[in-house]
Amino acid sequence: MCGIVGLFLKDKTMEPQLGALLSNMLITMTDRGPDSAGIAIYGNELPGQTKLTVQSDQPEMDFPALEADLSAHLGCAVSMHVKSTHAVLAVPSGLSGPARAALASLRPAVRVMGRGDTLEIYKEVGLPKDVASRFEIATMSGTHGIGHTRMATESAVTTMGAHPFNTGDDQCLVHNGSLSNHNSLRRKLRREGMHIETENDTEVGAAYLTWRMQNGATLGEALESSLTDLDGFFTFVVGTKDGFGVVRDPIACKPAVMAETDQYVAFGSEYRALVDLPGIETARVWEPEPATVYFWTHDMPPHSSSKAA
Amino acid sequence: MQTIDLQETGLRDLNQTLHAQSETTNQTAWEILNPKGAHAIACGLDAPIEVTVKGSTGYYCGGMNKQATINIHGSAGPGVAENMMSGTVIIEGDASQYAGATGNGGLLVIKGNASSRCGIAMKGIDIVVHGNIGHMSAFMAQSGNLVVCGDAGDALGDSLYEARLFVRGSVKSLGADCIQKEMRPEHLALLADLLERAGCDAKPEEFTRYGSARKLYHFNIDNAY
Repeated sequence: MCGIVGLFLKDKTMEPQLGALLSNMLITMTDRGPDSAGIAIYGNELPGQTKLTVQSDQPEMDFPALEADLSAHLGCAVSMHVKSTHAVLAVPSGLSGPARAALASLRPAVRVMGRGDTLEIYKEVGLPKDVASRFEIATMSGTHGIGHTRMATESAVTTMGAHPFNTGDDQCLVHNGSLSNHNSLRRKLRREGMHIETENDTEVGAAYLTWRMQNGATLGEALESSLTDLDGFFTFVVGTKDGFGVVRDPIACKPAVMAETDQYVAFGSEYRALVDLPGIETARVWEPEPATVYFWTHDMPPHSSSKAA
Repeated sequence: MQTIDLQETGLRDLNQTLHAQSETTNQTAWEILNPKGAHAIACGLDAPIEVTVKGSTGYYCGGMNKQATINIHGSAGPGVAENMMSGTVIIEGDASQYAGATGNGGLLVIKGNASSRCGIAMKGIDIVVHGNIGHMSAFMAQSGNLVVCGDAGDALGDSLYEARLFVRGSVKSLGADCIQKEMRPEHLALLADLLERAGCDAKPEEFTRYGSARKLYHFNIDNAY
């Protein structure tokens, strides 16, 4: 089943409430999937720096000297903010690649959850309310964010099997559904040099989008071609640095409801997820059409492009 | 008028209270406040009562209904009036996927649009949609009537049995074994009655009838491997 939510703020005065609103939306979706939960928040940008969100199953061992070790290894200032099993490392722009490589040797057990200028990803096994409180999501401010609560069907219940999946700098994906051709697609993408860690179907979907974009496609084009190349059921919500998008497969079994006001665009697997948003009574509420890519950014008017199934 | 606020009363208590109403109850009018998309509101009713839900509902509102009239003053989530036996369900807003699925009887009125798979496997229910319907509607529909005042999406009436489909607007595509059929006087009379009961002022003459070509559900040796 799985539950997914997304919130894209148009009204800057709401930004301090982003984490609280998004956590509540996700907690409402708990009974769609209690295995694991995750939230991606697009927060503040640190001038000249980029962020890596990392995770460790043994944070008390891995994190204490990591800031100093990484700083010495890279020969530049690194700052670190630890939250439970996760830490956000801020490194100079352009050094996220070397920092990732350094992490692999300095702390082999540390996994990278996400990277980007504003993106932070927090995900763990457990209920949305526990995951949200563990990472203090409700206190987080931001421009937009997406969340997921998982009912595992295609792979084990682990941190790495939880959503959102990072698909590239400041890009991430949550998925409700199941992909049927993920094994063959994983083999193909690995032959193309893509790094895929788990047996999870959504990770393959995320790697597919990354691969398409590495080969010149825009995110919108990658989402459109996913309608042809991915077999199975999916409602995807994707986050980018300045926007978020929604696409459903042509059959569109997996539920999706959207709401838009002058203040925000919101997505929920069910209307229940949206009922506590301000002004929902007068919001425009609708279901996204099948096989149609929707996109909102702060710079462009909302648009959608449909593709014949 | 009895009022139940779902902010104060649990869903199970609400449904048990409604189930406790008999054919001869004097408490015939019920109002439900703060539905907030909750699942299975007013499911399994079996009494001639009138229930008004003030807001939008989640999965399966009015499912398995017998006798009751349920008004939803909002939009309805997936599976509204699923397997309805008799009575009436009226939705002021839109309905999500598989509205009226497998319905045996009664009348389902959707004043907004219905999403995909409206009337899938319907078995005698009448469904009147004032707006449009999504793809795969009336898939394997067995009997009953589906009336659409707007447009229909892809694959209307795929693998249709004996349900009658009436569409006023365009049909994006017809499903396997679904064909356009002539509108005879008895169909115009049937449609006039359904439209009137559904509070719709569309004219029967504006509709096109679709039904089964009956080539798919009989055994045909040419289809065997």
